[in-house]
Amino acid sequence: MYKLTNVTKDYPKGRETVHALRGVNVEIPDGEWMAIQGPTGHGKTTLLQILGGLDRPTSGSVDFDGRDLARTRETAMTKVRANSIGFIFQTFNLIPTLSAQENVETALVPLGVSGASRRARAAEALNSLGLGDRLRHLPGELSGGQQQRVAIARALVKEPTVLLADEPTGNLDEDTRDEIIGLLEKLWQDNGLTMVIVTHDSSIARRAQRLGTMRNGKLTVKQTV
Amino acid sequence: MFFTYIGRELRRRMRQSIFIAIGLALGIGLVITVTAASAGVKNAQASVLHSLYGVGTDITVTKAPAAGSTGNGFGFGFRQSIGSTSRPKAGSKIDNNTLSAGGTLASLASSNVTSIAKMDNVAAAAGGLTLNDRMISGTVPALNFNGGGGGFSRGGSSSGGSSSGGSGNPSSFGANFNINSFTVNGVDIANGELGPLSTGKVSSGRTFTTADNAADVALVDASYATQNKLKVGSTIAVGNSKNAATNFKVVGIVSEPAGDNPADVYIPLGVAQSLANLKNDVNTIYVTASNSGDISSVASSISKAVPGSTVTDQNTLASEVTGSISSAASLANNLGKWLAIAVLIASFFLASLLTMAAVTRRIREFGTLKALGWKSRRIVFQVMGEAVAIGIVGGVIGVGLGFAGVALVNKFSSPLTASLASNTTGSATPGGARQFGGGGFGGGGGGGFPTSGTGGGNNPFRGAFSNAARTAGTVTEHLHAPVTIAVIILAVGLAILGGLIAGAFGGWRAARLRPADALSKVA
Repeated sequence: MYKLTNVTKDYPKGRETVHALRGVNVEIPDGEWMAIQGPTGHGKTTLLQILGGLDRPTSGSVDFDGRDLARTRETAMTKVRANSIGFIFQTFNLIPTLSAQENVETALVPLGVSGASRRARAAEALNSLGLGDRLRHLPGELSGGQQQRVAIARALVKEPTVLLADEPTGNLDEDTRDEIIGLLEKLWQDNGLTMVIVTHDSSIARRAQRLGTMRNGKLTVKQTV
Repeated sequence: MFFTYIGRELRRRMRQSIFIAIGLALGIGLVITVTAASAGVKNAQASVLHSLYGVGTDITVTKAPAAGSTGNGFGFGFRQSIGSTSRPKAGSKIDNNTLSAGGTLASLASSNVTSIAKMDNVAAAAGGLTLNDRMISGTVPALNFNGGGGGFSRGGSSSGGSSSGGSGNPSSFGANFNINSFTVNGVDIANGELGPLSTGKVSSGRTFTTADNAADVALVDASYATQNKLKVGSTIAVGNSKNAATNFKVVGIVSEPAGDNPADVYIPLGVAQSLANLKNDVNTIYVTASNSGDISSVASSISKAVPGSTVTDQNTLASEVTGSISSAASLANNLGKWLAIAVLIASFFLASLLTMAAVTRRIREFGTLKALGWKSRRIVFQVMGEAVAIGIVGGVIGVGLGFAGVALVNKFSSPLTASLASNTTGSATPGGARQFGGGGFGGGGGGGFPTSGTGGGNNPFRGAFSNAARTAGTVTEHLHAPVTIAVIILAVGLAILGGLIAGAFGGWRAARLRPADALSKVA
């Protein structure tokens, strides 16, 4: 699925240049769950954004199903994101003015799905995550766990092949964290997703198949089981 | 999703949206008010010009008399009228009725009417002949050497009827004569839609028909008819160049708009030419251009074709209009227009600034949408849609404000007055006026004719000077500022444009967002 070769990413920061990624080489096969850990500011999120086509590397190649995301035009990259990649964010990133159902629908808008079909699929996705009675609730009316479940529904409603999650439990209490991780694990198993999760939480990292550690922009990967 | 999203977003930032909408509304309201007021002033001006000028007439052609000439006027008192250079014997009776051009407008050959009518872009042309009729009747008094009554023989040396002349018997001369004067207009019946009657309405009787071309029939101005107790069927005596009178049958009473300074009597042009011995002459040519865009070029062509003529179109006439209507037009066109533009620009700027600020606050939202696969274009449309929606709301409020502003203008604006300078056509010259004032009877003391010398209101011969009927007048018009559909469409269009401009700036800001940068704010 993914093959990253000598990926570097440099950011200008004032007069200095930050080397966020320093020659990352990794392969992530289809259906793998990989966790990435590491101290803050060592390149985890940058790596995730490059995997998701939200950013481009300074050098190197990011092969995704035979397409080099480093050289893909923005319009094509947008299509890749719309069709194949689901994102989950630490702060949920729900649109505050839209209901839970409408938030989930936003993932289907770029696919040109009709309004009725969008509503039905969004409702089904939320139902499957136990939010059938919260369809019309605004994010502000939901708990943190419920909001993250809406975000998961939004990420998965379009049936992507890849799920990228950046600290998905970072804003949740311990019980809710376990609930969300259990849910993600089940979805990974049921849907055959390729899942990359950035997390500080070692208990989550241990449940992944492989664990990558980012330190000073370099990635080292090891098997967890 | 598009409209749902817009609606929810606008509701979320209701206060800001209302603020932007009110800003736009103020601009739009001002544009409507100023545009309507400007249109109202223009309408009032047009109304004034029409009443001063003649409906349907685009151009008038006249000719000023040569400097110092008296034309066919009455010259020096009635000595000329009675055809004698010596004083008539005391006790002899005088009964004269003279019709002449009066010397305020020079003659133009009738052939000019035909040649102008054939010019390119001329729809029609008509000739007109403005004449003065003066009747003097009475008995010549005996000479009174002890007083100033002998002004008759000393006329011409004084500057006005009230000038020095001794303290003679006040009844010595003037009191022995009845003097009556009125203006006569020869009307080109074949082109009745042009010329002096075009603004008038027949209040009783009828207007001229082609059968009247050579008939002794007259239309009488309503005011003159009232003053002289004339009605349809009455007869009125009109003189000729040889001091003889012809009775004309009054076939209609005509009311002219205020300010038109209408002639007192209208008779067929051919008849007027015969009576005044001006068979091939007119002194005003009324012209209509094929369309309004041709007026200037036609006026220019006429100036070349009729050398020495004074060609007046509505633009030149408008430039001569003074009074509050002129000030209002200036106010609406200058201060009002620029104020509206300034407010509009300020509101557009404000809307753009606030929209960009809103986009900045929503960076993470747009970054998320981009991560979900939304194209930049879709996000830009979303932002623009929100701004346009605010623009439409602003437009609707602005139209309401505009109507309110227009209502206030209509309710509280003072009536507009317009005055037209008396030298507009170059005809009512002071020199012409002095022919009367300083002439005939000026030397007479108390018994002289009390002329003011410039055709003022005291002058019993005033009619003689007002034969340049449309050359002087003051009209009062009430301002009615109209709000047309076009103005409303313009206003709403401007509001939408304001929204589009604001949305374009905001959208541009949103489109430039890189998803990673946007998300890094929260990652």
